[in-house]
Amino acid sequence: MKAAPFEFARAASLAEACALLARHGADAKLIAGGQSLVPMMAMRLARPAFLIDINGAADMQGIEFSAETITLGAAVRQRQIERDASLAARLPLLGKALRWVGHAQTRNRGTLGGSIVHADPSAELPLAACVLDATLLLRDTAGETEVPAREFMLAPMVVAITPDQCLAAVRFPAWTEARTGCAFDEVSLRQGDFAIVGAAAQIALDAGGKCVRAALGTSSAPIPQAHAEIAQRLVGTSLDDAVIADAAADVARAVEPDADLHASAEYRRHLAGVLAKRVLMAARDEARGRR
Amino acid sequence: MTEKKHAVAIEVNGMAFQAEVPARLTLVDFLRDEARLTGTHVGCEHGICGACSVLFDSLPVRACLMFAWQAHGHKVTTVEGLANPDGSPSPLQDSFCETHALQCGYCTPGMIVAAHALLEENRSPSEADVREAIAGNLCRCTGYQQIVDAVQLAARRLGETR
Repeated sequence: MKAAPFEFARAASLAEACALLARHGADAKLIAGGQSLVPMMAMRLARPAFLIDINGAADMQGIEFSAETITLGAAVRQRQIERDASLAARLPLLGKALRWVGHAQTRNRGTLGGSIVHADPSAELPLAACVLDATLLLRDTAGETEVPAREFMLAPMVVAITPDQCLAAVRFPAWTEARTGCAFDEVSLRQGDFAIVGAAAQIALDAGGKCVRAALGTSSAPIPQAHAEIAQRLVGTSLDDAVIADAAADVARAVEPDADLHASAEYRRHLAGVLAKRVLMAARDEARGRR
Repeated sequence: MTEKKHAVAIEVNGMAFQAEVPARLTLVDFLRDEARLTGTHVGCEHGICGACSVLFDSLPVRACLMFAWQAHGHKVTTVEGLANPDGSPSPLQDSFCETHALQCGYCTPGMIVAAHALLEENRSPSEADVREAIAGNLCRCTGYQQIVDAVQLAARRLGETR
């Protein structure tokens, strides 16, 4: 399997990438890690006439911390996120999600932004971005547009981006509560395979153990789903097992999974409930300081 | 059909290789067809099997998921570059022979590269560590157990000599 012929240019900055996109438009694709694009080109599911390589765009590889946000350049590599101690402390859900993403060889090249823009429905990083209500910063030659991650994914591998826009960075809200916990879990056929269903949760408790903030999502549907209303109902409770079981049952009712070769819709619905329960309990226990 | 060619220079196993290649030539095809280093195998060609694993700037990557021009100016190490300086098998490669960690040998270069990268970071990996490190490499002969044994045997031997 060989890709169809194409030409390429190297962008040394975000501005150069945008200028090249403006020139080549719909014929062009950005390439960073290439861990999804190159297989699609090999199978000729994608035949871009022009590749814009952003691996040299240093201004897309930064990680910035502020009091309220954590902003990662779209071209930050998954390996870097896995190993960054500051991110592990301030944005631990990403590292937990990455344990399920591909393999060492793919995480060494693959990027945060690439996974989100590719938008495989079973992918872990888009789910984490939706659960945490991240904001995507899209750039073109005219300027910057902000899109909530929860509105970015429209269908499997279909996202709200125009051909001349480049995902520049992903901004996550920082959770500053003292007692927080998070968890990511999934069921897949083998380690590193695409998830049949994935789930993620993040919880914050007050000093008395009451839930003050909760986020929850599953990737059982055609696109990752943040269950914001179900999570909101957890706030004010003490998150005992019965409350979590009720929320998990609500999740199972709220998802509308597709069926495929690997799992029926009914099985996926069941898994969404089971995994929602597991991640809520694990996130709660971590927030309580019991692991 | 005449396809435009691009000058690509890559340092492979410490030696400089240069060639004029089309944009769509993958790194693994550059290594095998231009550098004539056929130790790295081409398996699935779409990033699933791990047979083409090489070290790119010291980190294991799939050489079928990079184009040769993306490696321009970078350093690549293939399975040939992991042997002892005199060309004899390294302790890791010897361990693969000893524990019968290969039958057809197709996956072996990728396995050796993945295992080498693990041992660079973790000198006494648990069985789970080894299985995690080779999870991206498919073997259809061994059932993996002997490969895990080989990596752990190599870790013990390297621990004695390091």
